[in-house]
Amino acid sequence: MTSEQLAWKIRRHGIEMTHISQGSHIGAILSVTDIIAVLYNDIANVDPQNPKMPERDRIILSKGHAGAAIYAALAEKGFFDVDELKTHYADGSRLSGHVSHKGIPGVEFSTGSLGHGLSVAAGMAYGAKKDQKNHNVFVILGDGECDEGSVWEAALMANHYRLNNLVAVIDHNKMQSLDFCDNTIELSPFADKWKAFGWNVIDIDGHNHDELRDAYKKAISSENKPTLIIANTIKGKGVSFMENDILWHYRFPHEGEEYDSAVAQLKEQRPEGISDLYESEAQKI
Amino acid sequence: MRDTFVKTLIDIAKEDKNVHLITGDLGFGVLKPFWEQLPDQFTNAGIAEQNMTSFAAGMALEGKTVFTYSIGNFPTLRAIEQIRNDCAYHNANVKIVCVGGGFVYGSLGMSHHATEDLSIMRALPDVTVLAPGDLVEAEHATRAIYEHEGTCYLRLGRGGEKRIHDETEDFQIGKAIQIKEGEKVAVFSTGAIFDEAVEASEMLKKGGINPALYTFPTVKPIDSETIRECAKEFDLIVTVEEHNVIGGFGSAVSEVMAELVGTKARVLKIGLNDKYSSIVGSQKYLRDVYGMSCTKIVEKVKGVLSEQNINLS
Repeated sequence: MTSEQLAWKIRRHGIEMTHISQGSHIGAILSVTDIIAVLYNDIANVDPQNPKMPERDRIILSKGHAGAAIYAALAEKGFFDVDELKTHYADGSRLSGHVSHKGIPGVEFSTGSLGHGLSVAAGMAYGAKKDQKNHNVFVILGDGECDEGSVWEAALMANHYRLNNLVAVIDHNKMQSLDFCDNTIELSPFADKWKAFGWNVIDIDGHNHDELRDAYKKAISSENKPTLIIANTIKGKGVSFMENDILWHYRFPHEGEEYDSAVAQLKEQRPEGISDLYESEAQKI
Repeated sequence: MRDTFVKTLIDIAKEDKNVHLITGDLGFGVLKPFWEQLPDQFTNAGIAEQNMTSFAAGMALEGKTVFTYSIGNFPTLRAIEQIRNDCAYHNANVKIVCVGGGFVYGSLGMSHHATEDLSIMRALPDVTVLAPGDLVEAEHATRAIYEHEGTCYLRLGRGGEKRIHDETEDFQIGKAIQIKEGEKVAVFSTGAIFDEAVEASEMLKKGGINPALYTFPTVKPIDSETIRECAKEFDLIVTVEEHNVIGGFGSAVSEVMAELVGTKARVLKIGLNDKYSSIVGSQKYLRDVYGMSCTKIVEKVKGVLSEQNINLS
């Protein structure tokens, strides 16, 4: 599987999962998809047959509300059955709206309250360095999440201890819950803030897989600094009417025109070599 | 008590290189022996308790046993969600240590009075809560939380506490320790206010009331067995804590007693009466003002006994 194929599958699952569950955050799921697809497919040392192997790379999705994207990636990589994705949000399901690790192979850490992930990841990176372990710790944050003060506490500490085995990626779609980030609490100049905190900053197109791959590779070879990848993304990427529209932070694709059009648009984008996930079986999961 | 904690932790950490101590930039003069002897196992996280707590969870998930250290409400209330989501939910081996439970920092003002921590920490699932009463208990409690898998909270006094116990009882998490036998009245104490409880029980004895005395170094899980036995045997159970009377130790005891059938004992909860301590003073002074000094304990016990018409002869 290529990262492009995985990304398409994550988007396709994301539409189905939020449609079936009438769940939130499709905008964030579509925005973070490529960051996750490249990481799981081409970069991270993870093994679905041995999800707890000690030398695995650690991956934390700090913006836990995009949990469907991680669940879809893990299922497609073989950590658990793809069929289970349809239980997202459902009564008795283990796939909660925000990321939970309980009982789900491959999920490193539970999140959902913003501003925790970077600190935890920094602690993991620090603990690993103390024991001369070689794995990397990846953490994916939202840009709105950077309103949380604890993010900057962690940014200070990660730099102070020169955690070069820590890679943070910010899904910089420039929108948060109610409005654009800079209309909410101004984050700009965003890269400069992180540079001033001592981080190695890489600014890329967060939907371009070659740029993502290069950025990850540079990040994990950093010699004495933690690296921040600012992945410039589009909220709702891949479905024209969801892109850059705050409505789609919470709204799910409703039955009828919204759902049909979203699926039709994704089908147009389907990479070669894979079939549509839902037509070969029973149309939908 | 804090010196006993640090000394004990140094002994533990010398034996186990996976033990790590993180401070939120506090412990001047107290933690120095640790960082001098074990610099590789010590980290200052700066004045940033939220990050310190999540960071500790991250380290714990990499195989460390991490003690976080700060004073008053900083390691607990300031980082309560980090304790809940990152430590407890992940069953992380993080041991949260607060120096200055109650009115230890009496003259520093309300911000430094830790008087709701037991109830708040007790409300979190998968957090074990300890409040040792003297230096002997503090040493045992430090070892016990090190050996106990999962997230723990250790509430310490500061300095100057006495050794009240003789060395050493059979210390176990979740077990109360009987100090003395008695009749009609049983006094239960948790944390460093133990010295007031001891003094109060001696004063009561001189006045013709001979209370039994127990210390509860563990607030959660509460020793329901001892509570049940005492509820059968005594008329009055007095809980003493340097803490709000809502949700803390007295509440934990009451919760057990409320579900008992056919026992005769009632409860008198002694503690801070759902207030913020707005005046300044020494620990001793504030305990008296807020009704939990030995003399106030004696007055309250006598009051309830006469009100209940409990015959002591």
